[in-house]
This record gives sequence, structure tokens and C-alpha cells, in this order.
Amino acid sequence: MEVALFWIFAALMLGFGAAVIFLKSPVSSALSLVVSFLGLAALFLLLDAFFIGIIQVLVYAGAVMVLFLFIIMLLDLKTERARKINLPAMIGGLMVVVGFVALLVKLLPSFDIAKPALARPVNDVASVGMLLFSDYNLPFQVIGVLLLVATVGVVLLSRKELK
Amino acid sequence: MLIDFLPILLHVVVAVGFATVVLVLNIALGRAGKRTKIKDTAYECGVIPEPGPQPRFSVKFYLVAMLFILFDIEVVFMYPWAVVYRDYIAQHGMLIFWSMLSFVIILLFGYAYAVKKGALEWGR
Amino acid sequence: MNLSALAMQPEIFLAWTSIIKTLVIVFGIVLPIVSLTVFAERKVCAFIQDRVGPNRVGLPTTILGFKKDIRLLGLGQMIADPIKLLLKENFIPNSVNKFYYYIAPKLAMIPALLVLAVLPFGPNVFFGDIKVPLMVANVDIGILWVFAISSLGVYGIVLAGWASNSKYPFLGGIRSSSQMISYELALGLSVIPVFLIVGTLNMQEIVVWQRENGWMVAPFWPKGFSLEQLLHGDFAAIGASFAAGFSVQRLLIWVPMLISFIVFLIAMFAETNRVPFDLPEAEQELVGGYHTEYSSMGFALFFLGEYAAMAAGSGVIVTLFLGGWSLPFIPDGSATSFFGIPFIPAWGASLLWGLIGMTIFLAKIAAMLFLFIWVRWTLPRFRYDQLMKLGWYFFFELALVNIFITALILALVKF
Repeated sequence: MEVALFWIFAALMLGFGAAVIFLKSPVSSALSLVVSFLGLAALFLLLDAFFIGIIQVLVYAGAVMVLFLFIIMLLDLKTERARKINLPAMIGGLMVVVGFVALLVKLLPSFDIAKPALARPVNDVASVGMLLFSDYNLPFQVIGVLLLVATVGVVLLSRKELK
Repeated sequence: MLIDFLPILLHVVVAVGFATVVLVLNIALGRAGKRTKIKDTAYECGVIPEPGPQPRFSVKFYLVAMLFILFDIEVVFMYPWAVVYRDYIAQHGMLIFWSMLSFVIILLFGYAYAVKKGALEWGR
Repeated sequence: MNLSALAMQPEIFLAWTSIIKTLVIVFGIVLPIVSLTVFAERKVCAFIQDRVGPNRVGLPTTILGFKKDIRLLGLGQMIADPIKLLLKENFIPNSVNKFYYYIAPKLAMIPALLVLAVLPFGPNVFFGDIKVPLMVANVDIGILWVFAISSLGVYGIVLAGWASNSKYPFLGGIRSSSQMISYELALGLSVIPVFLIVGTLNMQEIVVWQRENGWMVAPFWPKGFSLEQLLHGDFAAIGASFAAGFSVQRLLIWVPMLISFIVFLIAMFAETNRVPFDLPEAEQELVGGYHTEYSSMGFALFFLGEYAAMAAGSGVIVTLFLGGWSLPFIPDGSATSFFGIPFIPAWGASLLWGLIGMTIFLAKIAAMLFLFIWVRWTLPRFRYDQLMKLGWYFFFELALVNIFITALILALVKF
């Protein structure tokens, strides 16, 4: 059952991930990415990482992609459709893909996949909390600084428009 | 437990199925009317629609969406914090309170900056 | 293995009981509630405006050859409205982006139904050793599911506005999504104090906690107080149980909890696009907002989604702040007798108390829905800048401060 669900959601995720690239309309691409994120969230759930799975939906599917959609919808979509295929970019992208696959092929055998996962936590929200505020307190504060920089950056970039 | 999510999966199937069935029923049962050119146009209070350019939008809509993402991440960190808060206090003391307070204060600098620059002002 | 033994296997048992629960909750409870709310909205509105409201559609007995229809206070409207919408022409204008125009109403309605999956409609019911919670899915991350799924509700509205290829829907869609994400922050922040106190995100456990310690908005809960004490006039025992239930911490927590409740309630009004936050459909400026171009079932699904979201939102408020299915003196599903009636078996008593808990929960939801309607026909609408200001300046800061006040009280004052 779990294995079957894994394959279903993995196929969903990869299929819509490919659709993000191949679909012509940017709105369709963005929505495919949403579905892909939902598939990814389901995969997290299947790994018993409930908190991460739900956060994946809450932050990525529910917040980041809304922003994407906002921006795409307000663009002039007709120029987007008329765009020609950019050959150097295609070749560059293809090279990155080939490199990534080569890396995977080289690295994957070194993982012991048959080994069972770590001891499964009963309540993963609580264990995330406990770890976050004991071992990872400093990284947590650094995230705060990162978010601060992002906030300031956003406001700064749109400063011209605000006046 | 993973098995607890099985009912949710079934619930999703029921909800999606329901939405599909009513729309299909509507197509099957709904009366088919005549199509006219006027009926096919977008509604603009009875006036022939102006096919002008797409409306331009205030940058504030993006800004709000972007700030929402940033503060949403802050909220996300607060859930595990709230869940373990009382246990943590009992075991290790007040560190958890101060660390969340400093996190939020760091973010509030950004918030204050956005407010000062008028990023959330819609009046003008 | 025979069929009944197979049906009692844990996974299979969970599967078929949850299918039954899902079907009952969606079709037996929520759709009737939606239909009743739409009717109640018209009736209450009429009452507030000193009119009669719909009062004619009842049982159409004239079809059967009787002289007169039975009017039934117009309750037939509940059934007549959905049937009418189902039979209307499913018209898709040529000017729209067909695919997205078609799926947008679905995307708007499905999240509202999905939120229901984690709402505890009643207590755990025991059939011998088997525990069946009267909710679809008893998951530990209950409230996060609610927020995650309702954050997906934005897509239906944005897409409807965009795919309609028309000015008013587009403006309505953009406004609505901007408003929804702004108030999602206040919504998420305002409930943190509840979890600080309870220490779990599981909806059923939050209700059980409130059953034992008092509702979040009314924390003075006598410990060990029972109906018999009152009936026998045992005032010493009543006083003792009141004293046992009192604590300084609860008293201090009360104010932050009330703030939390009010912010959450108002943010919920904004999330569901209700007056005074109904700018997405401000009819004087935007016609119908994002669903201007929709007709028949597409429109009905938006309508359904809106009211289902209202019902689900009321359910969340009731669960988090108003004690869910609990009511003082009413036993939960662990009770083994029903008023001591001898021929009701233990599981029957448990089920009966479970159903009574469910009725209490629905009654509380009905009260919340009445509040939604009452506010709608009483208050004027905000302006857009006022709405954004209120959300980002006032509620955001208030909720944030409230969290730290609660945390400080919990850390410094012992129970």
C-alpha cells in the first residue's frame, strides 16, 4: 500500500514537474508546480515527516506559488507565447541536466538504501521543536536575520514604485 | 501515524468526486440555451466591453504577497515552539522564550522598515 | 477468513468506517447546513430589515392534486434553490480561458470541504475495545492541515478572476487573494496562545483538554462539579469544586485568550470574504467580483464553497475556543450507561452520548453562523486601505504581542 502510494505520488510529482517546463502558458506551468509540490508533500507524509509535509503545502503551495501566479498573471502573456526557442539556453540547460544525472549515478550506489530509516518519532512537531530550540538555536536566529535581509530587500527593490 | 492519513485520502477522493459529479450532472440536466454574440461577451454592465490593455496593478499587491511569505515562515516556526513550550520550560528553563523573542524582534526590524517606507500604505 | 473478520482488521476497519464518516459529514451534515444557512441568511436579513422573507416554497402538494401547497415557513427554498441551479444552462462564454474557467469553481469549493476532515464532530465512541473518533481523521497536525488547505483556497478565486478575461472578475480576484493572504497571518498568529496552553495541535485533544479544564474563552471551570450536587443542594461540595477549579494562572490567561478569540474570529470573517470584509464581491463597484462571469453550477460551487468555508471556519472557532462538542455535565463517549436505562448496551450508550456531543457541536456551529449573518446585515463595508491597515498594523501586532504575554504568564505563574 505504502509502496504503491509512493509510486503514484512520485509519478505525479515528476509528471507535473516536467509539465512545468514543457507547457507553453506560464499560468499552466505555475499551477503544475503547485501540483508537483502537493505530490512532494504527500511523499513527505509517506516518510512520516508530517510537519515538513504540511509546511510544504502551507509555505510553498499556499504562499510562494500565489506570489508567482500574481506576477505571471499581470505580465503580458502574448509576448511570452510568441517567444522563440533560445538555442544556447537550451544547450546550457541540457548540460546541467546531464551533469546532475551523472552526479546521481555516481553518488546513489554509495547510499545504503536497504537500511531502515531512523527510529520513527511519535510526535514529529514536538521533536522538531525540541531540536530547534536546543541544538539548532543559533541557525534558527540566523534564519531570522536571513528573513530580515529579505524583507529589507523586497521593500528596497520596490522603493521607486512606492513614491 | 501514517495510517491516520488514510481517511484524509478518502476524504479528498469524496470531495473531488462530489465536485466532478455535480458539474457533470449540471451539463447533463442543464437546459441548453441559444448562443448569441452578445451573450458570449464579458459582462461590463451592459456596455460593449472595451478590449483595452490589461489593467495595470499597484506594486503593493506584490509587496503584500512577498511580505506575507516572509512572515508566514515566522508563523510556521511558532507552531513547534508553542507545542513544546511548556515541556521545555519545565525541563530546561526560559531559554526557549528568549530565543523566540529575539527571533521575532529581528523580524520586527524588517517589519518596521517596511512600515516606515510606506510599503503597507494604501491611501495614496 | 470470513467477511466480518476481514472487516474488523484494523486498516480495513479504519477504511470503511472513515468512508461512512466522510459521506455522512459531507452529505448528511455540511451540505444541509450550507443550504440551511443560505435560507437562514435570507430569513434573518428579512427580519433585520423588517420584512417577511421567503415564506412560500414548501411542499408542492398541488402537483398531487390538492387545492393548496403546504408552505412550511418557506423551508422548501432549501431544496428548491440547489435544484434550480442544477437545471440552469451551463454556459461558458467564448471570451474566457475555458480550462481554467471550468476548474476554478472546483478549486474554490474543494478546500472548504477538505478542512472538515480534521474537525472533531463528536467524542471518541467505544465499541467494546474499539475506539472510533467521531471525526474523519484524527491526526496530530490537525490545525496545520486546516491552515495548509485553506491557504490553497486562494487559487480558485485568483484563477476565476483571471480566466474570466473580464475586468470586474480580475479586480475582484486580485483583491480577494491579497486580502486572504494578509489575514492569514493574523489567523495563524492568533491561535498560537491556544497551543502554548494545550501543547498539542491535535483537534480532538484540544477539545478534551477544554472539557476537563474549561473552555478557552471561559476558563473558570469547577473541578468535580456534578449535577447531583446541585440537585441535592450540597452547597459545601459546590463551593469546594469551584475553589478547586480556580487558579491565578487561569485568571491571568483569560484576557490573552479573549484577545486571541476576537482576533481569530475577525480574521475568519476576512478569510471567508464576509461583511465587513466582502470587498472581493463589493457589488456597487465590482458587480459580482470574481464570479461575475459564472452561471448555474459554476456559480453554485462558489456559493457552496463560501458557505462551506463559513461552516468549517465556525467549526474551527468552536473547536479551539468554545469547547467543541463538550458541554458541562454531558458525559463523553466513555460513558457506559444512558440515564441508567437497563436494556441499552454499553456501546449503545457510548454511541448515544457521541451523537449528543455531535448535536451540541452543531448547535454551537449554528450559533456562530447566526453571528456571521447578523454581522453581515448590520455593519457597513470597510474601504480597501482600511482593511489592509487593520490586518497588517493592528491585528498583526496585537496577535504577536498577545503570544508573548501568554508565554510569559505560562512561564512565570504555576498552575
